Amino acid sequence: MKFAILVTAGPFNRQAAGSALAFARAVLDSEHELVRVFFYSDGVHSANRLAAPANDEHNLVRDWSRLATERGVDLVVCIAAGLRRGVREANLAPGFRISGLGQLVEAGILADRLITFGA
Amino acid sequence: MTPKSFLFVNRKAPQGSAHAAEMLDAALIAASFDQHVHLAFLDDGVFQLVGGQRPELLGQRDLGTAFSELGEYDIDHIWVERDSLSERGLSEADLTIPVTLVDRAALAALMARIDVVISA
Repeated sequence: MKFAILVTAGPFNRQAAGSALAFARAVLDSEHELVRVFFYSDGVHSANRLAAPANDEHNLVRDWSRLATERGVDLVVCIAAGLRRGVREANLAPGFRISGLGQLVEAGILADRLITFGA
Repeated sequence: MTPKSFLFVNRKAPQGSAHAAEMLDAALIAASFDQHVHLAFLDDGVFQLVGGQRPELLGQRDLGTAFSELGEYDIDHIWVERDSLSERGLSEADLTIPVTLVDRAALAALMARIDVVISA
């Protein structure tokens, strides 16, 4: 089955953001396919490479970047949601790309299941 | 690509968070990609459709204007959950646009037959 993931939860204030990462890993470790992960609303903070959580905290930004680099996952940040929150090309973490909401719609079309991790 | 049906589930009040505005943006984009777009309003989400709001006093966008233009995007499936209205002392007459009232079971049935459900 083809999955797509929509992340609207902020990485440092909602468990859902961590659950999204865990779900993505589970899909990749299964026989299923992960079409795309789309970051919207406060989810865009997951792509800010300037985020610097303390050493004993879960660094979701780093872990998403690793997932993209090691497993070739398509991580897309909504440009409008990102710009209004200060997430842009200049501070985009490795492995993410910036595009429009059309990429969310396309993910919904391409995938058999779109799973939202939100507030 | 064959169009799919998208249901955007609005459960949050229009102000207080960015959920309402950002869900609406996503719905409009889906419609502009020629998908079959449905909007559902339940829980505090029903407040998004109540008239007489002045969000500019909070420095917020007026979603009411966008809602009144949904027809231009061919978004004409607008569902409102009946109990959510009555629980908040509201009725269909308080809403600014034509909607279809549904009960919770009907909304669940709708979600079951929609291809893509996006909630906030």
